[in-house]
Amino acid sequence: MSVLAFLIPVTLAMGAIGLAAFFWSLRNGQYEDLSGDAERILFDAQDRPLIPKRASPRRDTISKETTT
Amino acid sequence: MISSLTQAERGAAMLITLAGMVAGLAMAAAGQGDPMGAHGWIVLIFFALFFGLLARAAYGTDEPEDRGLAYYDDPTKVGILIALAWAVIAMGMGVWVAAQLAWPDLRFDAAWSGFGRLRPVHTSGVIFGFGGNALIATSFHIMQRTSRARMPGQVAPWFVLFGFNLFCIIAASGYLMGVTQSKEYAEPEWYADIWLVIVWVVYFTLYIRTLARRREPHIYVANWYYLAFILVVAVLHIVNNLAVPAAWTGAKSYSAFSGVQDAMTQWWYGHNAVAFFLTSGFLGMLYYFLPKRAERPIYSYRLSILSFWGITFFYIWAGSHHLHYTALPHWVQTLGMTFSVMLLVPSWASAGNALMTLNGAWQKVRDDATLRFMMVAAVFYGLSTFEGSFMAIRPVNGLSHYTDWTIGHVHAGAMGWVALITFGSIYALVPGLWRRETMYSWKAVEWHFWLALAGTVIYVFAMWNSGIIQGLMWRTYGESGTLRYSFTDSLVAMHPYYVARAFGGLLFVTGAIIGAWNVVMTIRHVPHQVPARDHPTTSETMEPALPAAE
Repeated sequence: MSVLAFLIPVTLAMGAIGLAAFFWSLRNGQYEDLSGDAERILFDAQDRPLIPKRASPRRDTISKETTT
Repeated sequence: MISSLTQAERGAAMLITLAGMVAGLAMAAAGQGDPMGAHGWIVLIFFALFFGLLARAAYGTDEPEDRGLAYYDDPTKVGILIALAWAVIAMGMGVWVAAQLAWPDLRFDAAWSGFGRLRPVHTSGVIFGFGGNALIATSFHIMQRTSRARMPGQVAPWFVLFGFNLFCIIAASGYLMGVTQSKEYAEPEWYADIWLVIVWVVYFTLYIRTLARRREPHIYVANWYYLAFILVVAVLHIVNNLAVPAAWTGAKSYSAFSGVQDAMTQWWYGHNAVAFFLTSGFLGMLYYFLPKRAERPIYSYRLSILSFWGITFFYIWAGSHHLHYTALPHWVQTLGMTFSVMLLVPSWASAGNALMTLNGAWQKVRDDATLRFMMVAAVFYGLSTFEGSFMAIRPVNGLSHYTDWTIGHVHAGAMGWVALITFGSIYALVPGLWRRETMYSWKAVEWHFWLALAGTVIYVFAMWNSGIIQGLMWRTYGESGTLRYSFTDSLVAMHPYYVARAFGGLLFVTGAIIGAWNVVMTIRHVPHQVPARDHPTTSETMEPALPAAE
């Protein structure tokens, strides 16, 4: 069963990637406001991207840079 | 739609289609006299169509929209329509092959219409064509909404969507020509596999780039499910399809593994295709569209995250339960069996979480067929994961393996869970996406729901009966220690169930046709609405649905 010597390391490596992602999410503070996180998806009445406060929305228009 | 691309994006898209045309021409030239040559022509025509569309619009009107102000939804819309088209085609194929098992004459004596060639058209068509396109379309929607950010660029999403469909077309047309590498759910040959890797890498980077642009600090749990789907399927696909082409001028290739080694690799892939293609991504759909439609946050968000990590770490070890009582070492079988039983915990956590979210909103489930689709999907998810853990236990598997019970189990999951959650999500998505007031006909949604549910139940019960009868007949011994029944005896016993199965499938595909019709009519005939919310503010029953909290 030489294939196991291949499949098991591949599987363990995938598990390690998952574990790394989990630790990243912990350190990143992803789990600090779980009830708020669950509810915020329900409130997007405007259905459009959030625009950062300082930048004007016009800055996001790529077309102006490319069609000159 | 092309008019919303910038000149630079049109240029990039034209370069990609040109490269595709060159690749198609090379395949057609190199593979003369081989099915690969025919595939070359398909690739050439596919890219030429898009090249023609782009060329016609190359110097046409340029209507750049303000990209900071809206999500990019065109690929989602097209993806949903393509998914519905695949649903009708591939489920129709399913009814045909089911009918062939009951009445073999329905093959009509052609080579391409044999069971062995049509069956993978059905399986790949529903899994990749219907399921895959629905996953791609909804992931584009969800990743933008939950990140509160628009996708970067407008070429990559189209490349992913159409590139994936080219893979599906090559796969389905190849099966009809007899091209297959005989690995279940991974039948396409080497060039299709390589193409899918390219598409998938673009898909993954597109997802990560969108998440990197997010304005919302938290990554909603649905995104984790979609990311696991994309990442794990990539690794599984690459490892399982390691093969050496017999020649660069033909479709035939030989797997890098042989015998039981190949079987182990195949089911390491095959079971995780079920786990990460047919479960993980659809759980992402469930965790987004169910709370949105019910207008309630998920019952326990903490539990949804726990079950995500549980599924991620457990599922990958379960594949060897497909190889009980084979040449596979005993401990590997036991390992797969153990993890399969453990999987029940995160699976039921998700199913229970979905149902508990609806607890307190049952009047909505009663009135709103869309939400009912999602509710029944969660029930079938719970049922089929319980059944799966049960069937993975070695002695149970001794009875169920190689019988129709397996087919019944797969379809409880595929029809009851995957297809129902997808249809529910599509009905939740379509009116909001096209800015329509409501679906064209809420009665049609009801019809679709009951046809789908009846079809699933008939199908699954027929296969349970057929499978257990088969399994018992094969292990019945006479007094002299010989088998009591011949294989033909068991075939005769299965016939009525095969008729019932074909009928159940017919009901299911009828529902899908009604659904596709309803979506098209919604787009064409329902008046526009100024968007107030991401999804319709009233359900079909016209009850007030805006939460007081807003």
